[in-house]
Amino acid sequence: MMELVCPAGTPAALRAAVDAGAHAVYCGFADETNARNFPGLNFSRPEMAEGVAYARAHGAKVLVAINTFPRAGDQAIWHRAVADAHAAGAHAVILADIGLIAHAAETHPGLRLHLSVQAAAANPDAINLYAGAFGIRRVVLPRVLTVEEITAINREIDIETEVFVFGGLCVMAEGRCSLSSWATGLSPNMNGVCSPASHVAYAEVAGNNEARLGGYLIHRTPKGAPVPYPTLCKGCFTAPATHTSPAQTGHIFEDPVSLDATELIPKLQKAGVTALKIEGRQRSRAYVAQVVRAFRAAVEAADMGAPMPAGLLAKLTEGQSATTGAYAKTWR
Amino acid sequence: MDLTIGPIPFFWPAEQVRAFYRMIATTPARRVVIGEAVCSKRLPFWQHEIPGAIDCLLAAGKDVALSTLILITLKRERRQTADLFAAGLPVEIADMGALRHLPEGAPFHVGPTVNVYNEGTLQWLAKKGATRICLPPELPLASVAVLARAGREAGVAVEVWGHGRAPLAISGRCYHARLHDRAKDSCQFVCGEDPDGRDVETLDGKSFLTVNGVQTLGHAHTTAAGRITDLSDAGVNALRLSPQVGDFASVVALYDQIAQGATTRAEGLARLQELMPRATFADGFLAGEPGLRRAG
Repeated sequence: MMELVCPAGTPAALRAAVDAGAHAVYCGFADETNARNFPGLNFSRPEMAEGVAYARAHGAKVLVAINTFPRAGDQAIWHRAVADAHAAGAHAVILADIGLIAHAAETHPGLRLHLSVQAAAANPDAINLYAGAFGIRRVVLPRVLTVEEITAINREIDIETEVFVFGGLCVMAEGRCSLSSWATGLSPNMNGVCSPASHVAYAEVAGNNEARLGGYLIHRTPKGAPVPYPTLCKGCFTAPATHTSPAQTGHIFEDPVSLDATELIPKLQKAGVTALKIEGRQRSRAYVAQVVRAFRAAVEAADMGAPMPAGLLAKLTEGQSATTGAYAKTWR
Repeated sequence: MDLTIGPIPFFWPAEQVRAFYRMIATTPARRVVIGEAVCSKRLPFWQHEIPGAIDCLLAAGKDVALSTLILITLKRERRQTADLFAAGLPVEIADMGALRHLPEGAPFHVGPTVNVYNEGTLQWLAKKGATRICLPPELPLASVAVLARAGREAGVAVEVWGHGRAPLAISGRCYHARLHDRAKDSCQFVCGEDPDGRDVETLDGKSFLTVNGVQTLGHAHTTAAGRITDLSDAGVNALRLSPQVGDFASVVALYDQIAQGATTRAEGLARLQELMPRATFADGFLAGEPGLRRAG
């Protein structure tokens, strides 16, 4: 059966995910070492150790994401996070930065290493480089690849692959995007945040709902209609007319959609994918429990060659459109 | 500090590429990075210009390096990457996967789209044979200073984004094609219609980003012109200037003066604005502020 890797932003969400049937749970410490560095989220050191114990007692694994890029001069903070995850009994750490990976491989030879999606290893050469140099055991693939490309990658590598199937969707190659810091000064790579809530402002102006990021207006909807969260790459922009093209206003990069690759689970299994990942460490434990339960049913069905249960997550995606993203070639 | 000319980020006609490198040969730039970094579909249209450009630049005494793609996914792209290492010139890697093709012990350069945020990464790359690293544009000055010191100790020259539209993101999806309701595979090379990229404004009409095929750039020109003393004190070895349409020869000449300390910060910025009257300039990244801000 494909492994189901589920998000936990809090100890309560971790327990909810484990109880709902997660094979593995990923989480991070409450600081800038992880890419969901949001207020009120993540784990203290004792909470991490307790979480690992709870998961273990229920036959699940804990993967600790330490997947931002250490700040020059302050690498010790990230080194300590790796040491503490190891000491807490984590099954693996999920890392993105080459320097940090080299440190972990050298200092913690017994620790299982996963390559974060933030490392953007999008071809067999990059994956084999990390596997060969550091003994990486699993790669989380960037969301720029089609199912066919994932199949081809699995033929050329010897380590496990993990892919995102549900939740937030990056449309840029992850870990290689500075759009957020361009507008707000804070980036996923350096600060573990993208389009942070601290820089978001909503207002009602002339009968419209407006959303701004860093002071820049990127959503405007008529009063009464919901205004989406202003994530930069899913914002609404205008490309002024050029001598060859008319002006255009719209979602130039991506609509405010989320990823739902449920229907592709059998194909991903055939492609040789080891683990399916659900995005959403910022989500409530109720949400996590519901999504995990649904996906556990889906991977069990896939394992038996049964069709995917239909309308699995209709309630969770209600009022929001979903896409299979880059997994289908037409998305590009 | 000396000057490096980065690869042409945009899709220019072959004759424009030829003229550009002939012009660059006459400028005070110390080295030039050539190659298609953004989209492999563009390469067949201009790759025949590359040997001539290299000869012309070498004859003018420039160092020349070859750039890989920023995002390598296709088999064909991997083969092309491997071929670059056989060309007899240093290769600037723009995607980590390129290192897999590095001949054992060969020196190489690292471009600004490879994530070098700290000493650990710099040292690992140096051990692999990196001799020159252009840092990611989003790094603040404090990080640049630490990395320049680490570079000095490891024998790696450190470059900083000096001028041009900063590379902010790369995607599997082509936004130029999307603007024309096309997919990447049927793009009909529409990015060639915008030799300086396609502007993207916020809903209240503020200049914001520039679309360049699968790449997204900042609209304002990220410049280090106001920070030369700081960068020089930090031990930065070179400034990277990113090609654009317009009087680029004068831009290079001006940065040469700035890098030599021959103009003051205010004079440099004022002359830059004179050379590019319609452009806006930004240097927020170095100040640790939003990148599109003008801090210096």
